[in-house]
Amino acid sequence: MKIYPEYEIMRNYDKCINCRACENQCANEAHEFLADANKLVCDDTKCVNCHRCSALCPTRAIKIVKSGNTYKENTNWSNKTLNEIYKQAESGGVLLSGMGNPENFPVYFDKILLNASQVTNPSIDPLREPMESKIHLGARPKKAERGADGKIKNNLTPQLSLSMPVMFSAMSYGSISYNAHESLARASAELGILYNTGEGGLHEDFYKYGENTIVQVASGRFGVHKTYLNSGAAIEIKMGQGAKPGIGGHLPGTKIVGDISATRMIPEGTDAISPAPHHDIYSIEDLRQLIYSLKEVTDYTKPVIVKIAAVHNVAAIASGIARSGADIIAIDGFRGGTGAAPTRIRDNVGIPIELALACVDQRLRDEGIRNNVSVVVGGSIRSSSDVVKAVALGADCCYIGSGALAALGCHLCRTCHHGKCNWGIATQIPELTKRLNPELGHKRLVNLMNAWKHEITEMMGGMGINSIESLKGNRLMLRGVGLNEKELGILGIKHAGE
Amino acid sequence: MFPWAQGVKITSNWGENMKRVYVNEKWCLGCRLCEYYCAFADTGEKDMARALKDIKINPRIKIEEKDGISFAVNCRHCREPLCVKGCITGGLSVIDGVVSIDKEKCVSCYTCVLCCPFGAVSPSESGAVQKCELCVNEGAHPACVKGCPNAAIVYEDRTEAKM
Repeated sequence: MKIYPEYEIMRNYDKCINCRACENQCANEAHEFLADANKLVCDDTKCVNCHRCSALCPTRAIKIVKSGNTYKENTNWSNKTLNEIYKQAESGGVLLSGMGNPENFPVYFDKILLNASQVTNPSIDPLREPMESKIHLGARPKKAERGADGKIKNNLTPQLSLSMPVMFSAMSYGSISYNAHESLARASAELGILYNTGEGGLHEDFYKYGENTIVQVASGRFGVHKTYLNSGAAIEIKMGQGAKPGIGGHLPGTKIVGDISATRMIPEGTDAISPAPHHDIYSIEDLRQLIYSLKEVTDYTKPVIVKIAAVHNVAAIASGIARSGADIIAIDGFRGGTGAAPTRIRDNVGIPIELALACVDQRLRDEGIRNNVSVVVGGSIRSSSDVVKAVALGADCCYIGSGALAALGCHLCRTCHHGKCNWGIATQIPELTKRLNPELGHKRLVNLMNAWKHEITEMMGGMGINSIESLKGNRLMLRGVGLNEKELGILGIKHAGE
Repeated sequence: MFPWAQGVKITSNWGENMKRVYVNEKWCLGCRLCEYYCAFADTGEKDMARALKDIKINPRIKIEEKDGISFAVNCRHCREPLCVKGCITGGLSVIDGVVSIDKEKCVSCYTCVLCCPFGAVSPSESGAVQKCELCVNEGAHPACVKGCPNAAIVYEDRTEAKM
């Protein structure tokens, strides 16, 4: 059964000058030049709505619009639901998607408002007064100790220092291109923050950015060896991912080419399907063994991060992790992105990061172990205000993934799994990967983060806070709007007006 | 040098921090937008669609393409430009390091077209020759540089470079 395309390409022939940029830039071949008619035509069925053509069209002759062709209106059986049934009835396969959950679940960040100082407590002008956005990640010492000479002993465990409370989250070399990785690595080095290799190993060209790299160890153990583990500033054990809690990473064989196969240490063309669990981890005790194996191999010089997806009993799990020897817990909310996930899992599994963060922070405080670990959150941090709200809810730092990709050109068309990303990000086809020039890409990431840093200090200044550390867990700076008692209770915040 | 062209300066002053258009085939996507932005550059129109609608463009920068490699080619503004040496009327000269055309003097003999080792000089619709003059009348950056979506064309000062 033919499915009418969801989006249509509208070409304004009064504006089209037949430059054919749309045609040569569309990897899906949605545009075609008819020489006999001397005009460009489009095939909507091939369009994935990535906006490459419309962004590059020099005369703005192209726009992509939602198709007006709809089935009979039905709240229960939506167009999307029916189309998915038609697709599965045709293919017999699992539906696949890219990027994060797009469904209509509440976004709690949008229902939380920030405080500002008025009259009785002075606000601070960050343009005139010093503002501290620097943070440190790692376990805090339980007490200050003095040596025999009476001076305070350095009993700090390994720490990460960042210029602002943001890191680029795990995206593997393979799921994204070499040029995307280079952009992230160079931007991190310039900004004084960190990026994350994901589970694809680290390309030898990027070892020089080691101080700004978190190396990941995931269930597939792709690309993991002693030099790799020692090359980063921290090691992350990926137990789960917000986009697909409960299952492992998927990288189709078509993306395992050349350097990617060498970096992952697997043969070219083989699908890299990571196991759902780590086959050696079935308890917190097992996790502790892996944490200490990794600490042993790096001579106890690097903090170990344990990343989990935000799921129903995340607080209890985090409590276990905080006792397992991990230095940092990373929690990934259900809106987190991915290069490929089964649609049903992406759209229906996990919980919002705002609630997960609030309950984890509270649980660790209640148990007196909050200082055992730092807490990093991801899963759709979209702006500087999301960062500020997350920090006020108790996070030490935020991971951003989708936002970083958007800075590199991603238009969230959610077809990463096709491997034909027109923006040169989620693809390994050389003609497409060259579309992302890291010289431009890294600059755009640096710009975005610097802009956020300015905004973060502006918002802090408004609240009369001059250090990001003083904002951490400061939930009095937050008020909910339109939230019920239960939600407010979990978030640990008051309603606006209270 | 032809006697009637005496007094025409043929050696450009490259030492004086001259910015040039450089291309990097590694980042060229072959999208040909540079050609269109070039063609639009001195039309005097505000709207590109009005300027270039139903026109076969004749840009001064051209994409060369073969076997998946592409890059833009335009005037290199050589230190010792053969086109200027070859010009029989003094229609081509070097002004502030930029190889420039005086269309009034051009008699369309196309000696320069034959001389240029880069194929960067070509006949225009009016008959006189045309070539890249770095958009000197347009402002800070040449149109092709501004229009390139991937920074494959850059406008830089590389004074140590030798032609």
